Formats: sequence, structure tokens, C-alpha cells
Amino acid sequence: MFYREAGQFKTTYEADQGIFPIIQDRWFIAIMLVISFVVIPYFANEYWFQAVIIPLYIYAIAAIGLNILTGYAGQVSLGTGAFMAIGAYATYKLCTAFPDLNILIVFVMSGLFSAGVGIIFGIPSLRIKGFYLAVATLAAQFFILWLFNKVGWFYNNNPSGTITAPPREVLGIMITGPNALAITRYYVVLSFLVVFALAAKNIVRGRIGRSWMAIRDMDIAAEIIGIEPLKTKLMAFAISSFYCGVAGALYIFCWLGSAETEAFDINLSFLILFMIIVGGLGSIMGSIMGAAFITLLPIFLTNFPPMIGIQIASDLAKHLEEIIFGVLIVFFLIVEPHGLARLWQIVKEKLRQWPFPY
Amino acid sequence: MATQHTTEEVLLDVKGISLSFGGVKALSNISFDVRKGEIRAIIGPNGAGKSSMLNCINGFYHPQEGEITFKGETRKQMQTHKAAEQGIARTFQNIALFSGMSTLDNIMTGRNLKMKANVFWQALHLGPARREEVEHREVAERVIDFLEIEQIRKTPVGRLPYGLQKRVELGRALAAEPDLLLLDEPMAGMNHEEKEDMCRYILDVNDQLGTTIVLIEHDMSVVMDISDRVVVLDYGRMLADGTPDVVRTNQDVINAYLGVTHE
Ligand SMILES: Nc1ncnc2c1ncn2[C@@H]1O[C@H](COP(=O)(O)OP(=O)(O)O)[C@@H](O)[C@H]1O
Ligand SMILES: [Mg+2]
Repeated sequence: MFYREAGQFKTTYEADQGIFPIIQDRWFIAIMLVISFVVIPYFANEYWFQAVIIPLYIYAIAAIGLNILTGYAGQVSLGTGAFMAIGAYATYKLCTAFPDLNILIVFVMSGLFSAGVGIIFGIPSLRIKGFYLAVATLAAQFFILWLFNKVGWFYNNNPSGTITAPPREVLGIMITGPNALAITRYYVVLSFLVVFALAAKNIVRGRIGRSWMAIRDMDIAAEIIGIEPLKTKLMAFAISSFYCGVAGALYIFCWLGSAETEAFDINLSFLILFMIIVGGLGSIMGSIMGAAFITLLPIFLTNFPPMIGIQIASDLAKHLEEIIFGVLIVFFLIVEPHGLARLWQIVKEKLRQWPFPY
Repeated sequence: MATQHTTEEVLLDVKGISLSFGGVKALSNISFDVRKGEIRAIIGPNGAGKSSMLNCINGFYHPQEGEITFKGETRKQMQTHKAAEQGIARTFQNIALFSGMSTLDNIMTGRNLKMKANVFWQALHLGPARREEVEHREVAERVIDFLEIEQIRKTPVGRLPYGLQKRVELGRALAAEPDLLLLDEPMAGMNHEEKEDMCRYILDVNDQLGTTIVLIEHDMSVVMDISDRVVVLDYGRMLADGTPDVVRTNQDVINAYLGVTHE
């Protein structure tokens, strides 16, 4: 009886429509926020920030973006990496062309570039679906990276072919560049994640979210209700690409520091796709859970067996990791398409009934 | 048991509609009208073209010939969302709910066209977005009360039994507060009790909300009970048009039905 709705009667629709209508959920979110804003910065060291938590949060933003498109609007995409690249390259161009522009604003502007390109690549979705759409987004993935590689203008004709985060500060605090502290970058990435996750949650529970799901579940009926398929799908492509674009900008400017297009290749697209499959299609919280799970699993596999006295060679551990990923993805695709988010919900339902079996 | 709301005003006028798919002639030269406030039935054996007729009315199929006048506006072709904006809602022969969404969300989706707040307000869930959500929730709740589906408000519709799904689908159409409601076999596959309930809802919608209804139904007794006038189709042709009593005694209708009623 730890977790239940009993006794919590909503007297207004407004209360019932709250973002977290159940009080225990509100507590859960509050605790998560305290942990991420206070506890983690207090305990984490440079290694944890750089190797685990910062990338986890960035992946989570990209996963929310992809989940909007694939999980909510039902449009499969393998172009996540490319849309992240657009955000990163746009940030690079903008912040080198306008060095005085606030870098945080540049991140958001870069997301808008990505959204624009997302709309263009979303147009075929009116005609093609499923597998064929996936192939079309794959074409976007290869074309965009090829373009960024080929045209020197995108990386300011830098002979090394890389883009590098220049030092930029906001209110006297270094946000990007070699001298930006891990903890600063952590707070930047965390703030983006919190704001973006809340905004996404708000959008998916309102009119736009419902029209995405309507198109996903039964496009003919949606059309007859008056939902315009093209407009609705393009909105999903735009918002999804916006999220991915900002994630891509953070990926280079708050994490890697410098990169070539390889950092955004098809493996990155798949990685984000796996995160939403494992975390749960059509769930914002699931996107975060999936990102956490897939980021933490390799670390767990390298650290846990030695702790209980089992030595695994590192190449074997790598193989093991891939096998476990494969099995999990097949499991979630076939058995539980709603992923970890759904399993978490089942646990909550059980807790709600506890200690009575039904 | 004809309805009291029927007026002389013609809400929908269908003239000389012909529709074919490749070589198959689904409808040939169909004309009839629907008066404001009436319950109009379309009957006929399987494959007669009944569903195709509804699809023409709400712009999903584009007939090769003929024209449709709705609320005084004549058109040959129409986009589906335009039809929705003009006040036409419908249910489907094979349930077409949004299976991943809850009952409430399905019904709220029926109000989508009436909601306007832009994406920024929605992302913040403030101002117009918040107000709008509450306002339309009230309408959705009235529909839920009306159809007595309060207990399944938050249940994903995919998990509901067939009869309830049909009811939710009616709710989704009602949420749009349509002027013309098209129901494609709303009672198909239901048991006797469920049929009675559905009949009652249809009559109540017509009576209390004044909604004009065009309904396709196989069960002759139901049709005779609740409709004001009946169109009979057979192989895409129009066999008869009139009050249930007139249609019942029409020799063509009797012939057509003798062959198929006991399929
Ligand atoms: N989309 C379509 N494509 C091809 N043929 C169709 C289509 N829709 C209906 N038909 C044909 O039109 C005829 C009438 O079908 P329909 O309107 O569904 O009949 P009813 O609803 O009266 O059973 C049938 O012969 C059917 O095969
Ligand atoms: Mg039919």
C-alpha cells in the first residue's frame, strides 16, 4: 500500500490532468530532481561525469526526440545521428561566426536548423510508411554526413576535418571548450534534459500528442476526425529533429569537445533506437530509462563480475555486452514493446494492490 | 416510432452519385436527401455499396459522377478533414479506434478540430493550452456520462470488449458535436442486449442533441424501429426510398432480401 491512488480524489479536471496526478509520482520526480541536482554533483568525480552521466543525459534528450517521432507518431527513423550532426555543425558555424552570441541560445537555434531539415526529410512520410520510410531516413543519414564531410565550409575548412568546441562563457562561467569544468557541463546538460523532458511530456499529453498517436494507431480514422496527416507528421519530424539537434550540439560542445562526422554515424542512430525500444516506445520516462540502461549496462558488466570474484577478459565482456543487447532488444520488441516504462508501471500496479494479491 | 425532430429542411442532398473501382461499379446514380433532425437508414445486402456511400459523403471516396450538397454547399469532391470541419462525423464498420490510447484520450481526440492552442503553450501547459484542455475535457466528460462509460475512462481501448469499443467509437464521433453523424453498422456483432443499448443511445443522440443521423444496419427490425426513412441499395443501384412501411412492402426489396437475409 505504498503506492496508490486511493483517497486521492480529483475534484477538478485540472487536477486530474496534472502532469503527475498521483502524489507518489510527484514524490518520485522530486526525489529524482534532488538526486540529480544535489546528490550526484556532491558525490560524482570527473570520471563519472565524463564517462557516464553527461553522455547519459545527452542520449536521453536524443531518445526523447526519437520517441516523439517513432513511439508517439509511429514514424520509424534511422536518421537520428544525422539530425544530431546538424545540431552540432550548426552550433559550430553559429558560434564561430558570431562569437558573442550566448552559447545556450546557439544550442537552441541549432535545434531549429535541425527541425527545418527534419521537416524536409519528413515530407516522404505522407506517401511511404514503415520499412520504406526507414530506408528513406537512412538515405538522409548518409547524405547529410557525406555533405558535412565533403563541403569544407561546414567545418570552416579546418585541415583536420574536425569541429572543435571553442571556449564560450555565460555570466562568466565557462560552458564549452577545454577549460569548461565537468560539473558545469553537467548542470547545463541536466537543465536541458529537465526542461526538454517536461516540455515533451506536456506536448504528448495534449492535443498534438493525441493527434500523433491517432495517426500512429489508425491514420484513416484520424483523417476523418479532421487531423491532417501531413501537418501532423511534419510537426513530429520537426519537434523530434529539434530535440535531436540540441542533443547533437550538447554531444560535441558539452561532452566530446571535438569530433568528425564519424561520431554521428549510423551506429549512433541505432544506439538511440535501442534506447527507446528497451525503455519503451511512446513513453518520455521510458526514453530516459532506456538511455540510462544502455549507458550503464557496459559499466555494470565490466565492474560487477570482478566484484563477486569472477574475472572476464575484456574482449569477452564486450561480446557479452553485445549478446545481452541483442537478446534484450528481441525480448522487448516481441514481448514488451512498451519497454522498461511498462515494466515499471506493472511494478507500480503491484505496489498499489499490495499486500492483497488482487 | 419516428423521431419528433424531423424538419422539412434538407441538410444533405446526394445527387446522381456514381462510383467505380476499376471495373467494379460500387454505386450507380444514387440520389437521396437527408432532412435536418431525422434518422435515415441505408440498408441492403453485403457489397451493396452502403459503406461506399458513407465514404463519399465524408470525402473519403471521390465519386466519378454526381454532387453532394451539405448545409447548402455543393461539392463534387471533398477532403476528409474539410468534411470534418463542416460538421460530419462517423463510425466505422470495422472499429477504427486508436487502440493504444485510453477511452478518454480517444474521445478527447474527437475534439481535436476545436482545439487551437499552439505548440509553445502546449509545451508549457499554460495559458490557452491549459484552459482549452479543461474546457474540452468537460465536453468529453459529458459524452462519457451520456454513454455510461465512466468506469473505463482511463482504460486503453485495445483492452475493451467489442461492444464497449463500439460505444467508445460512437463517443469519439459525438465529441465533435457533429451536425451529421454517419454510423456504419453500429450494432453489427452485438448481442441482443447490447443492440438495445445502442438503439437507445442513437435515439437519445437524435432526440436530446438534435443530431441528424445516417445509419447503415442489417437488422431489419432495428431499422424499422428507429429510422424515419430508409434507402435500399442493391448491387450499387437504388432499389427503394421511403418510410419503413413503404419500403417493407416494396416488391423489389422483398425479392432482394429473400435471397440474402438468411445468409
Ligand atoms: N476501396 C475499394 N477498392 C475496391 N473496391 C471497393 C472498395 N471499397 C468498396 N469496394 C467494392 O465496392 C462494393 C461495395 O462495397 P461496400 O460499400 O463496402 O458494400 P457494403 O458496405 O454495402 O457491404 C463491393 O463490391 C466492394 O468490393
Ligand atoms: Mg459495409
